[in-house]
Amino acid sequence: MTDIPALRLQDIVKTFPGVRALDGVSFQVMPGEVHALLGENGAGKSTLMKVLGGIHQPDEGKIFIAEQPAVMKSPLDAKSKGVVFIHQELSLADELLAAENIYLGELPRKSFGRVDWKTLYEKSDAILARLKCSFDSRKLVGDLSIANKQMVEIARALTVDAKAVIFDEPTASLTDAEKVVLFDVINDLRSDGVGVVYISHRMDEIFTISDKISVLRDGSYRGSLVTVDTDEDEVTKLMIGRSLDSENPIVPAKKGPIALEVQGLSCGDLFQNVSFKVHEGEVVGFYGLVGAGRTEIAETLFGLRAPSAGKILLEGKEVKIASPIEAIAHGISLVPEDRKGQGLVLGMNCKDNMTLPQISDLTAGPFVSDGAEVAIFDQYRDRLQIKTPGWRQKVGNLSGGNQQKIVIGKWLSMAPKVLIVDEPTRGIDVGSKAEIHNLIRDLASQGYAVIVISSEMPEVLRVSDRVVAMFHGEIIREFTVDEVNEDNLVQAISGIRTTKVA
Amino acid sequence: MKPYLKQSAIWGFVVLELIFFSVAGEFLSLSDKAFMDLDNMLLLFKQSAPIGIIALGMTVVMINGNIDLSVGAIFALCAIIMLDSMKWPIFAGLGDWVILVGWLLALATGMLLGLINGLIVWKTGVDAFIVTLGSMLGYRGLVFMYNGENPTSNLNWTMVDIAEADILGIETPTIVFVICTILVWLLMTRTVHGRNAYAIGDNREAAVNAGIRVGPHMVWNFVLIGFLAALSAVVFYSASGSVNPNDGTLYELWVITAVVLGGTKLTGGSGSVIATFGGVIAIQLLRKGLGHIGADTAMVNLVIGLILIAVLFLDRQLNRKGKEELRT
Repeated sequence: MTDIPALRLQDIVKTFPGVRALDGVSFQVMPGEVHALLGENGAGKSTLMKVLGGIHQPDEGKIFIAEQPAVMKSPLDAKSKGVVFIHQELSLADELLAAENIYLGELPRKSFGRVDWKTLYEKSDAILARLKCSFDSRKLVGDLSIANKQMVEIARALTVDAKAVIFDEPTASLTDAEKVVLFDVINDLRSDGVGVVYISHRMDEIFTISDKISVLRDGSYRGSLVTVDTDEDEVTKLMIGRSLDSENPIVPAKKGPIALEVQGLSCGDLFQNVSFKVHEGEVVGFYGLVGAGRTEIAETLFGLRAPSAGKILLEGKEVKIASPIEAIAHGISLVPEDRKGQGLVLGMNCKDNMTLPQISDLTAGPFVSDGAEVAIFDQYRDRLQIKTPGWRQKVGNLSGGNQQKIVIGKWLSMAPKVLIVDEPTRGIDVGSKAEIHNLIRDLASQGYAVIVISSEMPEVLRVSDRVVAMFHGEIIREFTVDEVNEDNLVQAISGIRTTKVA
Repeated sequence: MKPYLKQSAIWGFVVLELIFFSVAGEFLSLSDKAFMDLDNMLLLFKQSAPIGIIALGMTVVMINGNIDLSVGAIFALCAIIMLDSMKWPIFAGLGDWVILVGWLLALATGMLLGLINGLIVWKTGVDAFIVTLGSMLGYRGLVFMYNGENPTSNLNWTMVDIAEADILGIETPTIVFVICTILVWLLMTRTVHGRNAYAIGDNREAAVNAGIRVGPHMVWNFVLIGFLAALSAVVFYSASGSVNPNDGTLYELWVITAVVLGGTKLTGGSGSVIATFGGVIAIQLLRKGLGHIGADTAMVNLVIGLILIAVLFLDRQLNRKGKEELRT
């Protein structure tokens, strides 16, 4: 290996009106190194990446590629200079073939602008083979799994002689099994001498894959650590400038009566013969791979899907739930997995979002009563400690953690019996995660029956009194908090049935 | 200054038009009258009313995330029903009460046509653009089936008197337009229905998850715009007494132009009834103003087209989300 950094940023300053987004950030990645870049939301990671990708021009500072000064004019320009990005959100055209996506914008051509299909397929297949992909480049991208789509996205990055590859939260939509494949690819890049920048919120991943860790906070560089010489606490302190809020220890819940019971519930191919109970004052965690049917169960309980068989019992009485309206009337609430897409009306303010399901009950004469609404908002802002300048604030301007609290507050104000929380901390930074976890435990101790669906094992283990492991639409096993550990949980969600210990 | 400008870009534009035409009129106009003459301004409001009343409904439908292209055809069909029904033998002997019957029948027709649009959009899930494109053609077909290429006429002097009555110089169409603006504004800002309409237009899925009945809200909004299109016809044809089968053609586009000029988004979830009122006034000012300084109709259309694009470009510049937006 050489001593010349694959990529070096020097004293980058970028200001926006009113904000110094980057304040003299320096950062470098060596060839054959995986360098994790960490920071809370708003720390400047994305701005830095946009400067690197040519979307923003830095006010001050320089970029060097293999110690040659470089000016990035656009993402395409950056790519031609060997700096490529793998984004969190896939930007693929589903209606095109894998090969067309890989060479999108730079399809090999013959005379008269005709596409050189032969070359295209050959080159694409070669890249996919390098990534050890099992599908060929003539496959329609829309037919691929999320993990394979991500491979296409990575393949797209490798059409040039990449000096540095930047992964921006690449595992956000991947399951644990799929992550392993991704990490193999990153390891291959490393041994090929490519410099890898790895941006993620997830500590476990960073410690698995990275060689070095650099931390940004409030737009400035807070230091680098060698991964093997540090631990999560040290990194976290560097990131949030203080020690993490301690997680409340799990106080085994005082189980009340059964709030929700599901018997033999099925929904087509999505899940079959699912039975479980949730008591008042209890958190039941649902863990499994993406596509195991967890979210679909939640959607069925909330009336968004029609079950094909089985019964739902609330407090011992069978109920039919045909729509969210009926679910809400029965006291079932859903905090959906896609907060911005399914939970919030981003153009509306905090108060309007909070009272959305119940404004028809908050009227004075023909009009909605502002006073009644603000009273509800104030109550839940205090109870959930939502940080916002006031109820007029557009909900889109809040941090992920506070947005999630608005959604949770929305449902608490409806006095639910059963609260289903799907991926409670997706896209929420580490500082706020603990807060949400503590909140979920608090809710259970206040007597709510809570179902938590999560793809993050530490989260499930942290908040649940019982864990339900799902695989291919079936409940494989149910664990009590004493039985469960990472090993038997991984086994269960991979479909390995173990006889339940009596 | 900037946030104020953002919210009311359209009023700034209206003021600019007034100043420009007043000044330019001094040099270019053939008449001695000032542009901002009171009579001229009152006339302007009256002339804005037919498009304006429909534009209020279009604002609601667009905030809700839909669009209605059939308003021009509904306008014409309701006018025919109103004028023709007053001659139906069964209503003979009602005397001048027949006027009221004609009006109510026209309004009911408008609501029925809107209801049909809304139910199709709700129950089939087909995009409102497509559904109302179809109903635009269909309703216009009904117009021609009714009386072929011939105009439908019925001049009733009592009706004309009502339509041209005035309070302190403000004539009926203006009064109806202003009252409707206030009512629709209250509907959208203060009532449950209005709030839910915004929520549905902004994020339909979140609205469903909050237990909002998306379908019925959409249907009611189509009924509302049908009603307003009919009301517009009632106001206009009570005075003129004669409708051609091609009347109201392209109204949908003028209405949408006014609404969009007022800042309502085509994608839904955002918009203001008051700003639409401003948009309507701005277009009528432009028409009258250009006429005042001697431009012909072709010129007027060209200028309005250019200004529509210019205003929306300005709006985009002012309302850009930070500088984060991707270059495309």
